[in-house]
Amino acid sequence: MAMMIVLPVLLLVVFGYAANFKVHDIPVVVVGPGAGQAAALLRGPTFDLTEVDAAAGEAVAQERLRDGQAVAAVVTGGGRLLVLLDGSQLFSAEAAQSALARLAPTAGSAAPQQRILYNPGLTTSWVMVPGLAGLILVFVGTLITSLGVVRERQSGTMEQLAVMPFRAWEVIAGKIAPYLLVAAADLVIIIVIGMGVFHVPFAGNVAVFALGAALFLLVTLGMGVLVSTVSQNQGQAIQLAFMLVLPQVLLSGLIFPISSMGAGVRWISYVLPLTYFIQISRGVMLKATPITALWQPLGLLALLAVVVLGLAIIRFRRDLAPSSRKARAPELTGERAAA
Amino acid sequence: MTWGLADVRVSRDKKIILAGVTVPADPSRVTVVVGGDGAGKSTCLRVLVGLLEPDAGTVRRPGKERIGYVPATAGLYVDLTVAENLSFAADAYRLSGSERSRKVSELLEQTGLGRARHRLGGHLSGGMQRKLAVGLALLHSPELLVLDEPTTGVDPVSRADLWRLISRAAVEGAAVVVTTTYVNEATRAASVVLLEAGQVLASGTPDDILRNVPGAVGRQDGAGRPGPLSWRRGNSWRVWAPAGRLPDGVQLVQPDFEDAVVVAALAGETGG
Repeated sequence: MAMMIVLPVLLLVVFGYAANFKVHDIPVVVVGPGAGQAAALLRGPTFDLTEVDAAAGEAVAQERLRDGQAVAAVVTGGGRLLVLLDGSQLFSAEAAQSALARLAPTAGSAAPQQRILYNPGLTTSWVMVPGLAGLILVFVGTLITSLGVVRERQSGTMEQLAVMPFRAWEVIAGKIAPYLLVAAADLVIIIVIGMGVFHVPFAGNVAVFALGAALFLLVTLGMGVLVSTVSQNQGQAIQLAFMLVLPQVLLSGLIFPISSMGAGVRWISYVLPLTYFIQISRGVMLKATPITALWQPLGLLALLAVVVLGLAIIRFRRDLAPSSRKARAPELTGERAAA
Repeated sequence: MTWGLADVRVSRDKKIILAGVTVPADPSRVTVVVGGDGAGKSTCLRVLVGLLEPDAGTVRRPGKERIGYVPATAGLYVDLTVAENLSFAADAYRLSGSERSRKVSELLEQTGLGRARHRLGGHLSGGMQRKLAVGLALLHSPELLVLDEPTTGVDPVSRADLWRLISRAAVEGAAVVVTTTYVNEATRAASVVLLEAGQVLASGTPDDILRNVPGAVGRQDGAGRPGPLSWRRGNSWRVWAPAGRLPDGVQLVQPDFEDAVVVAALAGETGG
């Protein structure tokens, strides 16, 4: 019932405010001796001037694009204007490309020279594969894990495990480990197929990518276990897991640019783990972004992992070790149970 | 009482589930908790094995490694074979070497599942699943064996097999607590607890319970129900007279265990 009522409302809100291909507020940096003059031309709803620095040059501009601080950079001082675009931000880069092309005649100068970095052909698959890898992990970590754990509870095997001489952490680790392995294998398969079939580059450090994926997996597995602890049956688990998966598909920046979402729903993007994994996976794979520039999404994923997995473990332990779950009975008095 | 519950109270959401329930569990004895749906039988067992903490009362149980438990859902891994289920339980209880092989072979023979050892748990019949579940709980020779309705929905032959397994466990020294909705199974126990709406209606040996049936029980033929304190038994009616004076035309009978259970329930309702 909740699914039937909440889902249409959720879809309406999301598509109303978030699903927006009309990109605005594109973060742009302007550098070089003519930065002030060029910046004046860029003022308006399309661009969000994040930095105007007359002393900086092309190297700084590239660094800002690589580190995800801007989608476009305008470099002045070398005769023709040089426009650098971050091709890993597909829609934003395309929107910036056409907006900047329109600006040139207005400015009364020659059309700027444009260079698209990281995804020169603006190929959709290059942008989607790193994001889809994250989506697969959300499905396995949240949906499949919650279904598996709820099925165990329904079949009574979880009760058996609780009575067997296992420690709570052993049971939790035993439930999570298989899904962790399956999800990790899925991730490798997706990346390898993406590289082999769609020629998606892997420009960055594998260890940084693995760290991001591991943190992200812990969050999604934590969500799966958490869903299982509040679900009475598999139907409920599917509904709840879907409620967590759907916003991640639509609001994480996988399809629609976060900057063009309505302010009312944009904040949701910033609490979704997929948002940060996409920043890491696109950054590492397409732009070779170093770990120093990814500390924010990595740190936030680590924080989410601690919070979500911590909550999941507390709830799961409470089911397995009921000595901490004492029912309250205002009508009853009597001595405390003594074993 | 070696193991068991004494004056245990449990409530949830301000609703009383168990109101001062005592269930003894002594070595080499089978205690049967009899009651209808919602009587609180499963809650008793969940408290006994440590899955639920009571609000008050005393719970005595051995360590986890010395408890064998079968929940009402049997608790089998349906996508593992019989042998794999046994192997998992053996690992869980850290059985190894010759003791492990001996116990597994013994239980496969006792449960009659030797030929089905490579069948998936989910492909077994209901009776076979129950026998496997009880076998898993017996694998480590527990001191306390707790079985939640192991015979519910099981055919008479499998039920007899299951009771043979249960009795054997008691003979070998285990304290066994079994719940059931089948009144006739109470006669197999050394000790019986009649439970209704979280309260103990009667307890003791089956003989004690029969001996202590209050008032008089009679038999009356005919189609119409003789009165509120009567119930159907086959083609006739049973009538209970709390004060011991049966109405005219009602023939006095010696109550059997089923009568004793109904009388205990009626006495609980009427405060008699």
